[in-house]
Amino acid sequence: MTVAVFIEHRGDKLLPIALEGLGAGRKLADALGQPLSAVLVGSDISGLAPSAIASGSDKVYVLDDPLLKDYQPDAYVAVLEKVARQINPQIFIIGQTDAGRDLAPRLAFRLGTAVTTDCVDLAIDPASKRLLATRPVYGGNALAVFSSDTDPQMVTIRTKTMTPLAPDTARKGEVINIAAGLDAAAIRAKVINRVVEEVAGINIEDAERVVAGGRGIGSAEGFKQLEELARLLKGAVGASRPPCDSNWVPDTVQVGLTGKIIAPELYIAVAISGSSQHMSGCSGARTIVAINKDKEANIFRHARYGAVGDWKKILPAFTAKVRELISY
Amino acid sequence: MNIIVCVKQVIDPEAPPSSFKVDPATNKAEMKSAPPVIDPYGEYAVEAALKIKDAGAGKITVMSLGGNLLREVVKKPLAMGADELILLEDPAFADADTYTTAEALAAAIKKAGQFDLILCGREASDTNAGQTGAGIAELLGVPCVTLARKIEPTEGKVRVERVTSTGYEVIEAPLPAVVTVSNEVGEPRYPTIKGIMAAKKKEPVVWKPADIGIQAGGRRVKLNRLYQPVHEEKCEFIAGENPEEMGDNLALKLREVKVL
Repeated sequence: MTVAVFIEHRGDKLLPIALEGLGAGRKLADALGQPLSAVLVGSDISGLAPSAIASGSDKVYVLDDPLLKDYQPDAYVAVLEKVARQINPQIFIIGQTDAGRDLAPRLAFRLGTAVTTDCVDLAIDPASKRLLATRPVYGGNALAVFSSDTDPQMVTIRTKTMTPLAPDTARKGEVINIAAGLDAAAIRAKVINRVVEEVAGINIEDAERVVAGGRGIGSAEGFKQLEELARLLKGAVGASRPPCDSNWVPDTVQVGLTGKIIAPELYIAVAISGSSQHMSGCSGARTIVAINKDKEANIFRHARYGAVGDWKKILPAFTAKVRELISY
Repeated sequence: MNIIVCVKQVIDPEAPPSSFKVDPATNKAEMKSAPPVIDPYGEYAVEAALKIKDAGAGKITVMSLGGNLLREVVKKPLAMGADELILLEDPAFADADTYTTAEALAAAIKKAGQFDLILCGREASDTNAGQTGAGIAELLGVPCVTLARKIEPTEGKVRVERVTSTGYEVIEAPLPAVVTVSNEVGEPRYPTIKGIMAAKKKEPVVWKPADIGIQAGGRRVKLNRLYQPVHEEKCEFIAGENPEEMGDNLALKLREVKVL
């Protein structure tokens, strides 16, 4: 019996979602009195095992194969099925990432179990010792707590909702290599190209301050004013879905359930009504400021500070004043 | 090219959040005073199918599963241009979990005959789970490509642009395959008057669990609790004689509380 975590990595580092998964997994493993296992899949990755141990793992299962260099759906599902059948985890934690959201449901069906995706809280039911997985549903309008009677109890976790452990290089752990043993015939869907669409300036997921616009901005031209403020604040521009669908801004800056989930220090929402689907992406912000002409807009239920009126008049004055204030 | 599109009937996700209510006694959600709709993500899948049909020949069969499917709702894909509608309608399908849904749809797809491409929305707007497409693919033993923004079937294969957090991937898979469709595929078209008239006349095929050889009702996940989060945040509205002054005062306030 073990709690397992699928570890995503880039270059010589574990991704934050992997550390968050290990942090969450450690708590569950301790509550159940089970070891925590990290599952490391890739090519030339054995150097990553010590970080997985320092961040909470007791065991690290390594599947190192050139065919696993980058995420390939069929190959990854196949090797994770193999690991799961070998180590029999009672709980299997995967990140709700580009790869995780793709592979977790397939893996669950293949293992004859269920997965609860996009979880924001995980706990062990004291009586049944089963996993209670909490996730937003109805576009963020409600939270649902799910459990399952089949093992492994699989979950994917939303980014930035679980707390990593402080790395401890003195922690001890065991590294176990498993041969991938991939059958080339099992790989049917193939990723043949990866295209990164660069967005100028600071990456929205790393930005401490985000200036986001909604449908009410009205045009690509309008977003230039948001960019000006974002530059001034050394932050990034974001958007709700309508501006992305209208091609005023690239899809990659969409904040919301189906876009980026971010947690900046400051989130300035301009002409955004604040649908639940959008708020799912920014409710982790420390301070939300809203400018909207409709005093009843849902965004004001989430905002700490609000200004009611035409953004075209409020924002230039706000930007000018900010410029003046931060120049001191 | 035989295309199957799976579309769900859901409570209206575009209704204002203030209309959303949960009944704690039954763990069920509803949108007060808003009728159910075709799932918007499913509409993108219908649109993707219609784009493929526009580009060549193809027959589009839409499938919906549920306990009580309102004909005027589930016929919308027909009005948009789909050819056939199969309804998996039974009390046992009400509140079906992912497993039951995928199992029933996979069985129905097999019964419907030859298929090349199965399209689903990237997720349903009520559960937001994003699992049904993957489940159908696993149960039918065919490849699955998720989050498509562009789908190009060629001889025996499909080429998909898959949305990622930093751009997109190009994925090729042999047919038959399941592809889940993201909103980046483009706005769904509006039904035409001609389409609406044709949809009115068209009678859907209705299948029960026994018709597709399954015993619906098995669940793999249990909903223990459904509740609405409480927002504690109290908004402080910034005063001002006019919008410009409000802008000034907002900046001053953020400075005062050290947010800036």
